[in-house]
Amino acid sequence: MTKVSLSLNGKPVSGKVEGRTLLADFLREGQGLTGTHIGCDTSQCGACLVHVNGDLVKSCTMFALEAEGCEVTTIEGVAAGDGTLSGIQDAFREHHGLQCGFCTPGMVMSTAELLKINPKPSEADIRDHLEGNICRCTGYHNIIKAIMAASGQDVSGIAAE
Amino acid sequence: MYNFEIEKPTTIDGAVAALASDEAQALAGGQTLIPTLKARLAAPEKLISLAGITALQGISTDKSGRVCIGAGVTHTGVTNEAAAYPALAALAGQIGDVAVRNRGTIGGSVANNDPSACYPAAVLASGAVVVTNTREIAADDFFDGMFTTALDEGEIVTQLRFPVPKQAAYVKFKQPASRFALVGVFVARFADGVRVAVTGASEEGVFRWSEAEKALSGDFSAKAIAGLSASADGLIGDAHGSPDYRAHLIGVLTARAVQAAG
Repeated sequence: MTKVSLSLNGKPVSGKVEGRTLLADFLREGQGLTGTHIGCDTSQCGACLVHVNGDLVKSCTMFALEAEGCEVTTIEGVAAGDGTLSGIQDAFREHHGLQCGFCTPGMVMSTAELLKINPKPSEADIRDHLEGNICRCTGYHNIIKAIMAASGQDVSGIAAE
Repeated sequence: MYNFEIEKPTTIDGAVAALASDEAQALAGGQTLIPTLKARLAAPEKLISLAGITALQGISTDKSGRVCIGAGVTHTGVTNEAAAYPALAALAGQIGDVAVRNRGTIGGSVANNDPSACYPAAVLASGAVVVTNTREIAADDFFDGMFTTALDEGEIVTQLRFPVPKQAAYVKFKQPASRFALVGVFVARFADGVRVAVTGASEEGVFRWSEAEKALSGDFSAKAIAGLSASADGLIGDAHGSPDYRAHLIGVLTARAVQAAG
């Protein structure tokens, strides 16, 4: 076992891990932050997305030891300390951008990166960016609507589905 | 996944020394290696992470105008910073998905030589040079069949040097589940001729389509290759496409790449 130390949602944390311990498992089992979901465990579904040093990464496809010294942000670090939802989370709630909710943490983390790079994405930009986020409720319509709304775009003409 | 140790050297020499031990394996971005380890298709005792080596980072242009990309640059890095070679930057922006592009590296992709990966097509069509810790290898001598390269045991790719063509484009037909190329074609027109490299299609990995190169070197237009058909011999046949289908795609995508080449 090797010690790993990193900044997790702004707080320093450390723990003992094996070489093979995935970042996702360190977050969920080592740190008790179960908002990061493991969907496919084969790098395809995006439920485990977190930010490492500001970049969107699949925490099931990165070892915990690779995050040594990094700043890691998970879905638990997105809302304000008093529980006030972020603009993206609020838009997902307002526009029913989630059904079972399993893919939602990854969708929110992915959206945060998109809006950082592209503050007013078109529908095509959003669909392209979400290529690695799979929603098996197939709730994409309202997810895209929520992201349009979160980026300050008018969605009043888009039908709810 | 079987267990292993991870070492993180900070210099190329340190990585070479660490890789000299038995059962050690280099870890770049891990976007192929980690799924491979999960499937227990590899069982190294030690992974040597290359992520801490600053000498593998950075993109620059050398005196002869080649775009030189550190092996550790991610696909996102190439997308954003290889503006001097727009077709290459565009190719990098179509690999996998955003999160894969944020971790996966050009050196890792080239060293792995997946028969459906995108970068090998760019390296071969551009006539790039693969620089390692010991030597420079011409693209034509580097790719050596599916998942096989000219790299020796423990040899590390350190940089890729790309001559910039006058016109170039990469067009791929995505396998929609994996987002790898079902077939991808990179066309590059230089002053002294055209090079066409095809990925995703052959059991032997990336290859040059010499008939198309000859026709396009005389007349760089989609018309010039309208009468050509790629051979289906030795092409991959699987659930996603037969050898004949892939052969057909090679012709179609080559024509599209010629049209897209700016």
